Amino acid sequence: MLVYVVRRSIQAIVVLLVMSLIVFVGVYAIGNPVDILINPQADQQERERAIAALGLNRPLWAQYAAFVSGALHGDLGRSFVHGTSALRLIVERMPATLELALAAMLIAVVLGIPLGLWAGVKPSSVAGRAIMAGSILGFSLPTFWVGLMLIMVFSVMLGWLPSNGRGPTTDLLGVPVSFLSVEGWRHLILPAVNLALFKLALLIRLTRAGTREALTQDYVRFARAKGLTRRRVIGVHVLRNILIPIVTVIGLEFGSVIAFAIVTETVFAWPGMGKLLIDSINLLDRPVIVAYLLTVVTLFVAINLLVDLLYSALDPRVRLAGAGG
Amino acid sequence: MAREESPLRRIAADFVADPLAVAGLALLALILVAALAAPLVSPQNPYDLAQLDIMDSRLPPGSHSAAGSVYWLGTDDQGRDMLSAILYGLRISLTVGVTSTVGALALGLVLGLAAAWLGGRTETAIMRIADIQLSFPAILIALILLAVLGQGVLKIVVALIAVQWAYYARTVRGAALVEQRKAYVEAARGLALSASRIVFRHILPNCLPPLIVVATVQIAAAIALEATLSFLGVGLPITEPSLGLLIANGYQYLLSGKYWISFFPGVALVLAIVSINLVGDRLRDALNPRLVGWR
Amino acid sequence: MTEVLLSVAGLSTHFATRDGLAKAVDDVSFSVRRGEVLGLVGESGSGKSMTAYSILGLVEPPGRVVAGRILFGGRDLAALSEEEMRRIRGNRIAMIFQDPMATLNPVLRIDTQMIEAVLAHAAASRSSARDRARDALARVGIPSPDERLAAYPHQFSGGMRQRVAIAIALLNRPDLVIADEPTTALDATIQGQILHEMQKLTSDSGAALIWITHDLSVIAGLADRVCVMYAGRIVEQGATVDVLSTPRHPYTGGLLASIPGDASPRERLRPIRGMTPPLTDLPSGCHFRPRCPYASAECSEVPSMRPYGADGQSIRCFHPLHDAEPD
Repeated sequence: MLVYVVRRSIQAIVVLLVMSLIVFVGVYAIGNPVDILINPQADQQERERAIAALGLNRPLWAQYAAFVSGALHGDLGRSFVHGTSALRLIVERMPATLELALAAMLIAVVLGIPLGLWAGVKPSSVAGRAIMAGSILGFSLPTFWVGLMLIMVFSVMLGWLPSNGRGPTTDLLGVPVSFLSVEGWRHLILPAVNLALFKLALLIRLTRAGTREALTQDYVRFARAKGLTRRRVIGVHVLRNILIPIVTVIGLEFGSVIAFAIVTETVFAWPGMGKLLIDSINLLDRPVIVAYLLTVVTLFVAINLLVDLLYSALDPRVRLAGAGG
Repeated sequence: MAREESPLRRIAADFVADPLAVAGLALLALILVAALAAPLVSPQNPYDLAQLDIMDSRLPPGSHSAAGSVYWLGTDDQGRDMLSAILYGLRISLTVGVTSTVGALALGLVLGLAAAWLGGRTETAIMRIADIQLSFPAILIALILLAVLGQGVLKIVVALIAVQWAYYARTVRGAALVEQRKAYVEAARGLALSASRIVFRHILPNCLPPLIVVATVQIAAAIALEATLSFLGVGLPITEPSLGLLIANGYQYLLSGKYWISFFPGVALVLAIVSINLVGDRLRDALNPRLVGWR
Repeated sequence: MTEVLLSVAGLSTHFATRDGLAKAVDDVSFSVRRGEVLGLVGESGSGKSMTAYSILGLVEPPGRVVAGRILFGGRDLAALSEEEMRRIRGNRIAMIFQDPMATLNPVLRIDTQMIEAVLAHAAASRSSARDRARDALARVGIPSPDERLAAYPHQFSGGMRQRVAIAIALLNRPDLVIADEPTTALDATIQGQILHEMQKLTSDSGAALIWITHDLSVIAGLADRVCVMYAGRIVEQGATVDVLSTPRHPYTGGLLASIPGDASPRERLRPIRGMTPPLTDLPSGCHFRPRCPYASAECSEVPSMRPYGADGQSIRCFHPLHDAEPD
């Protein structure tokens, strides 16, 4: 088990290095680093000073080394627009994005698994078919359009919920969160639902497929032959079996939820990392773009690693592989 | 050849059996025709500035222009007829979607076949890259690429191809591996037929069904991704306004009740995507060998 | 004569498949007495497992029990509601399946899977259910039962898993145990052990046993009576000793003649010519007709079960085998 952990961790680090290399090459070698890292409004003197300070006249590998060491120290350049450390800007916005992502994931899981179970157990029923049709819609409709529709219906036409921004925040263990107040919830619910939709559809389909597969297995028949209630057969025997791959998927999808938040945050003007990214792209604030990419990629690789380790801990066949016969 | 006729017929028959799929196909056909014929069909060329009247901007659907024609879907902030803008936009969205899919398919096909045939380190390298790429969300990869490459139609297509090739490569490699193990390939190898002949005449045709299935679904995904990128402002430039850009344009008017500037392009986009998905879903069921005997 | 425990009359289970109607079980009738061991013999696809599922109400769509009465404890099982059936399964009638790796849920612990079987039918406490589970494991010969309870199925060998399955079946002291090829998936050396265990356990507890198998040699030492099935129908039944020594149906005769056991080396094996027909494309009349050396025109009618030969023996045939007919 330990060997596996170490091996996966090394793999993760390698991927990180590769990604950082790609970003580095993209910024320093293909793109014009002078344009990307130096404020275009700087005059000639400042530019030359900056070029020297950033070492842009040094060989590429030296620059990469400086880049990596800078990254490890949390220095990814300064934002042109705000003047502060790019990385700090990203980190400040992280709680908002994480809150949104977690809320979306929660909605997707709490609704997706039961609906998928139902569709799997009664696939030909009206409800079962409706759920599947709904899931097709859920992952075909582009997230941003759904967001616009949600605003149109719930904010403009019905006037029930606010159309943008985040609610008032309070500190929870030093992290500012907004879900502890009703007003916070009112601002959170539409973007969270929007972000959740795609994952919800995915989870429904996954759970349904897993359930259909599980129901054909012998252990289900045996469980019924023991005289167990239908509720126990589905709720314990089937669920426990499909939960393992589903949990893995949920974990892996969490990273992509953080990435997708870019769209939702833009539509709902939610002050997270994603909105910062888009704003930075539009304002050509490139150090922030670089900082975002590296941060999210790191988060992503870390999540993938954790999920892999979690999976091997959850499946008794993998966990106890050494132990029995 | 008579033998090859029947699987195709059977697939077509299976497909037609589902009314929803037929409806999807009909809708798709309609959309394709409308998009292709945009210049002929639309009441106005929305990008010919001479035809626009700024006084006509932001009119609701059904209003009349000074010349007496009807703006069926209203006008946007520049006075453009929404219906025309949508038709032109549909054209661009579909073009980009299809082009990038074809490009990704070609690239993935070549790489997948190469991986399967050559095996060894080549295969491991190609598949490892594909796996890593597939584990990252498409939007992130696209954003990285666009941040590096800049804007423009060609760059968007390149980014979309880069995002999608891995699906095709993986599918093709899987199908090719299965095919390679079959006896007739061993026999062909034994006869020392040239590799390219074996691969292209024998293995390739058998990889096509799963590929077609992936491709139809991926076109919808590519269209959606391009629309998303354009909406965010990093996609197609303003000179080639796809539906995403039209929607972005109308976003600011949503709160003041002028919904039509965003709403109708959105509907067109959704209809295109949903019809493609319906067709793709049904094709997948019809082409799936396991389901065929069971139903 | 002990009382009749289970009486199956005219049981038919049909499957609606894409290729037509498959009569997996066709007009099957037999009975089992208290404490008796009945063998149900047939090739794969002959309908023997499906008969067992039909008795327990475990037939899944597109299959359906379309006719028949299943009398057990004075009630017709075919007419009971799902909840009433549930109370009988695992309680009065228990079943053991063929592949123990597939039947035990791989992600649940053994004690969970045993305790739930107890709690499904009795309002006992968890600890008393656990005690019962432990005793059951000990009774089937599993060493250190306490440790084993906390283990997962994949940590057991095939033979041990089957013992666990047997223990689960006997937990609630059922009147009838149906064993569907329980030794087929096991090593030859283990097969004998498990066979012996089951025999002992069921006779100790007084439970009746229906043993389903394709292997006639297993039946020989085990069953009191035997039913031979072919293509969904019972073609011969009677006391094991009678059916095996003087088979009256050509199929049974053919089966016995094709067993390699008695042949000397170099002697040609004599399989029954032809192949079992698919259930969706059965010959009309007697299903065995295309392969039977004695078939005649009247065999295009469906023969009914008639007594023939020894006491209690009956067959479904117009041309029963007479004595001294080895072919």
